[in-house]
Amino acid sequence: MRVELREITKTFGSLRANDAISLDVASGAVQGLLGENGAGKSTLMKILSGFISHDSGEILLDGEAIDIASPADAIRQGIGMLHQDPLDFPPFRLLEDFMLGASRAGGGGGAVGGRKSRRSKRQARKDFIELSVRFGFDLDPDAWVDSLTVGERQQLEILRLLWLGAKVLILDEPTTGISLPQKEKLFATLKKLAAEGMTILFVTHKLEDAEYLCDQVAVLRMGKLVGSARRPLSSKDLVALMFGKELPRAERRHASPGRSVLSVKGAAIEGPRLSMAGLDLEVRAGEIIGLAGMEGSGQSLFLGACGGLVQPVAGSFCLDEDERRDMTGRTHHEFRKAGVAWLPAARLEQGLVPGLSLTEHFILSEGMKGLFIDRKRAHELAESRIAAYHIKGKPESSVESLSGGNQQRALLALMREPLSLILVEHPTRGLDIESTAYIWGKLRDRCAEGTSIIFISSDLDEILEYSDRVLVFYAGRVSPPIEAESLTVERLGGLIGGAGWESLEGKGSNVA
Amino acid sequence: MSHNRPTRLAFDVGGVVLAFVLTTLVLVAAKAPPLQAFYNILLGAAGNWDVAANVIVSWVPLVLATSGLLITFTVGLWNIGIEGQIILGGVFSTWALRTFQNSSLDPALILAIAVVAGMAGGALWAMLAGALKTFGGVNEIFGGLGLNFVATAINLWLIFGPWKRPGVASMSGTLPFDPKLWLPTLTPESRLAPASVVIAIVAIVAVFALVQGTYFGLRLKAVGRNPKAAYVLGVKTWQHMMAAFALCGLFAGLAGSMQVLAVYHRLIPSISSGYGYLGLMVAMLVNYSVPLAAPVALFFAALNVGSIQLPIVLKLDSSLAGVLQGSLVLLVLLTKGAKERLLGKAAK
Amino acid sequence: MTNEAIILAGLAGVLFSAAPIVFAVIGETISERAGVINLSMNGTILLSAMGGFAVSLASGSLILGFVAGAAIGALVALVVAFASITLKQSQVAVGFVLTLLCRDLSYFLGNPIMGQTGPRLPQLVLPGLAQIPILGPLFFQQDIMTYLSFAVVILAWIFIFKTKAGLELRGIGEKPAAAYVRGSKVEGLRYLYVAVGGALAGLAGPMYSLSVKAGWKGTISGLDGIGWIALAITIFGGWNPFRAAMGAWLFAFLQWLGLVLQPSLPGIPSQVLQVAPFPLMILTLLLVNLGNAEWVERSLARLPEKARKRAAKILRAMRATPPAALGTPFEKD
Repeated sequence: MRVELREITKTFGSLRANDAISLDVASGAVQGLLGENGAGKSTLMKILSGFISHDSGEILLDGEAIDIASPADAIRQGIGMLHQDPLDFPPFRLLEDFMLGASRAGGGGGAVGGRKSRRSKRQARKDFIELSVRFGFDLDPDAWVDSLTVGERQQLEILRLLWLGAKVLILDEPTTGISLPQKEKLFATLKKLAAEGMTILFVTHKLEDAEYLCDQVAVLRMGKLVGSARRPLSSKDLVALMFGKELPRAERRHASPGRSVLSVKGAAIEGPRLSMAGLDLEVRAGEIIGLAGMEGSGQSLFLGACGGLVQPVAGSFCLDEDERRDMTGRTHHEFRKAGVAWLPAARLEQGLVPGLSLTEHFILSEGMKGLFIDRKRAHELAESRIAAYHIKGKPESSVESLSGGNQQRALLALMREPLSLILVEHPTRGLDIESTAYIWGKLRDRCAEGTSIIFISSDLDEILEYSDRVLVFYAGRVSPPIEAESLTVERLGGLIGGAGWESLEGKGSNVA
Repeated sequence: MSHNRPTRLAFDVGGVVLAFVLTTLVLVAAKAPPLQAFYNILLGAAGNWDVAANVIVSWVPLVLATSGLLITFTVGLWNIGIEGQIILGGVFSTWALRTFQNSSLDPALILAIAVVAGMAGGALWAMLAGALKTFGGVNEIFGGLGLNFVATAINLWLIFGPWKRPGVASMSGTLPFDPKLWLPTLTPESRLAPASVVIAIVAIVAVFALVQGTYFGLRLKAVGRNPKAAYVLGVKTWQHMMAAFALCGLFAGLAGSMQVLAVYHRLIPSISSGYGYLGLMVAMLVNYSVPLAAPVALFFAALNVGSIQLPIVLKLDSSLAGVLQGSLVLLVLLTKGAKERLLGKAAK
Repeated sequence: MTNEAIILAGLAGVLFSAAPIVFAVIGETISERAGVINLSMNGTILLSAMGGFAVSLASGSLILGFVAGAAIGALVALVVAFASITLKQSQVAVGFVLTLLCRDLSYFLGNPIMGQTGPRLPQLVLPGLAQIPILGPLFFQQDIMTYLSFAVVILAWIFIFKTKAGLELRGIGEKPAAAYVRGSKVEGLRYLYVAVGGALAGLAGPMYSLSVKAGWKGTISGLDGIGWIALAITIFGGWNPFRAAMGAWLFAFLQWLGLVLQPSLPGIPSQVLQVAPFPLMILTLLLVNLGNAEWVERSLARLPEKARKRAAKILRAMRATPPAALGTPFEKD
């Protein structure tokens, strides 16, 4: 089925997530959709799969303009979406998950009989096994869904969408968290489906996947379609399209190596979708380490482990002062006492308490002693911090009334002095240029005092401008620390997309 | 866009009005004269000094329970187990009196010990629910519910077993204590013990001071609104939850203790008399704000006492009080939901 | 009568007295499977008992009495549904208020009819079946509602686990987002199942006032507290109709045992057996939730890999989890 998107636009408040995007995908073509986090790929696919509605523009299937009112509507029209986090039912059996919702989609039997109809359980089971065999999936209809691996759950969902008569298949970052053999099987399946006429839209950030699988790719950046390419694809061009040109770099600050502040040896961390092992890092006083990679590649887990919020399953985390301090397995509060601060990306959900004022936050963070609140002292403290960090707000202001930039300044202002290590997730996400420069100014001031910083960012320019060294996270692998001076946007972008890892010395760590 | 206070207030007032309308409809359905019923409740609560005193007697345990609950609500917990905590407070107080009643200690000292014992009993029972939640992941609603039933069983077992009256065990409870062990009342006939009133007032003021004015109270608020962020800000979350349970249990135990020492002077099967659940309702109605708790509790107590007249005067069941109380909480809750839905989150 | 006959009669009585609770727990199981807790059960049973009795008394018809009870149950449940699904207030808060409100409504409105004698459900001996040795006196000499209680367990089980609609019900309570993507109208279905659950629970009331504990006796009816017990048994039943019914029968059995053994065991107080469901429920909740506690997670992380994987597997098997979306409103993001 031919899929055409014409001038699709979607705005959320002041943010234009999709800006007049047009795309034309022929039947049987595999269309790749590339872009960084926040480029607009998910929004576009959510529109196509019926989750949200577009503000303007048209969607045409086989030349006919259609309206997609809901996800169920989408599948009725033949558009099926495979979500990054599988939307299935863990406590069900595979066959039950397979059958649920079929009647609302107009019946099952699509890819089997060619024509959909109301299927009995017995027929559904037959269809399931037939489809499973055809694509070489090893799925037992009576097994439990939560006993499957991520890759197998994908296979189940693909079978289900096919059975419901999908003629367009959208896959959102499908290769995150699946094993290599499963990926190969997935790609083989997709190629087979494409050969049979299925239209496939493949959203990814992994360059090698796009290069291998896609006939054509479209690159999104900041809501706009910035370029497209056809086979044969070169990662160099793709990276350039995804991340833009090299900006003139601001003057680099040369960090003088101080004493060791954090020592990570042989750490292994397990998350819900990936595991990392063999992590080594030595951070010196005053140093800034940037963690680069697409979201969900393990940076948050690693950062959390450095702060005691995530427990490693192996290895050691030591905070060095003048004597080594082994903090492995300790709670976050113990890390906090040892001079480590953690600033979350979700400011209002994880770092600030809605309903409480700025003053009250300072009271809590300072750990003021006594029984009754010393309002005068608290007020003075709040005022001095507000002034020091130029927060546009009064001591009595509730934190949810502050703008994003001011909330971030508040998070900074809540940090105590002195600190040996600051762990910050996405310090300038959603902030304008002025706030960004201000935040980094404050962070750098801390570095000058000897505090080290480890930060996560999806903005390559930010990583390159402020880091001394960079760790790149990709699919459970972590690069050894790379000198930021030696990195270009192109090389970093490539690494984030999985290209160029061979050139790193064998000291990198492995997929578990 | 935030709406002005009058609009928001209109919703709350609307809820109260609707509650009265609903109660009136119920009265009509029961073929009873609404205005007369309300009037009789009023008379029954404020008609003479005796009934007014009874209202205060009823107010004491209610406001104590509500005070404790406001602490647990601040930290985001539904302490349904409060009934059991009141019961255990009464049990422990009774135990203290029984143990020391024949000793040579000064009666005032014995009473003091009994009060402390009651608070300890309530706190212990509350911490049991707290431990189940913190270490066992058992939701405090069901844990508390279960413990309520166990507390009732313990109470009944004691009254009909080891502590039964000599001769025949009786539904009217254990043997009444010697008058020297009674908290002194206003007049020999009334049940109003000034000491208990003072204790109740001190309690509500203490809770107010705690929640609004102490560092501890601020930390409780933080945990209640966003436990994750509170943790990151350095607050020991589960410790504060346990502390909240313990404090609430303290107040609940105090309520039970007052019931034994000041009102009934013995342990009875219904020593908690539903004050725990009623306290939950008061807390919900005042939207967990401390200053309004005492007056609303007084209103609820007045309804309870006032409706005692109804069976006598109008042949109506005294549970009309409960109907009005329940309607108020329900309809204010519903109008709050309507307000939030129609005016958006800014209305909160 | 022989000893055996006495025991059989006693056990038949257990099934008889458990029948209302069976209806209540099946109803609550359905409601919670859809993701909504109906905490008002205690009040609903009282109100529907009084209401069913009143209607039956006034009309002379038993059927109308039961219909009234079911209607009352459904109505109260719909208030819970409205407050929590549409107005997004806490299910616990609404349910709790309704418990107390309905209880007081039942006492107040039922005052005039207290103590009156009303219609009573007659025994319905099933010819032929009743003559089977042992099973006959046990199962087939009951009344129609007790027979229906057996049927409702089987029907509920078939519905939930063997039909497409039941599959959808489980889906809504488990992962409403996934169900929504597959076209389910999550909110509408939740309203439906909450009402159905409420209607079934509403039948429990008249089963008391028109059969098991005939009449309406107000505050001394002995019905106050049964709703809480039914909620506890629902959890014990793990959201499975058969297990829930077993819980109800076990509870009634323990009560009967308490009465029977009381004379011969003066040391053990009757209250112990009466509150047995609650420690059992707490124990069940403990075992089931153990995997979630933070200290358990931290200890797990310290174990060597093999032990950790095995421990995680055991914890997961024990996790007879509630429908994952229970208690949470559905946001169509």
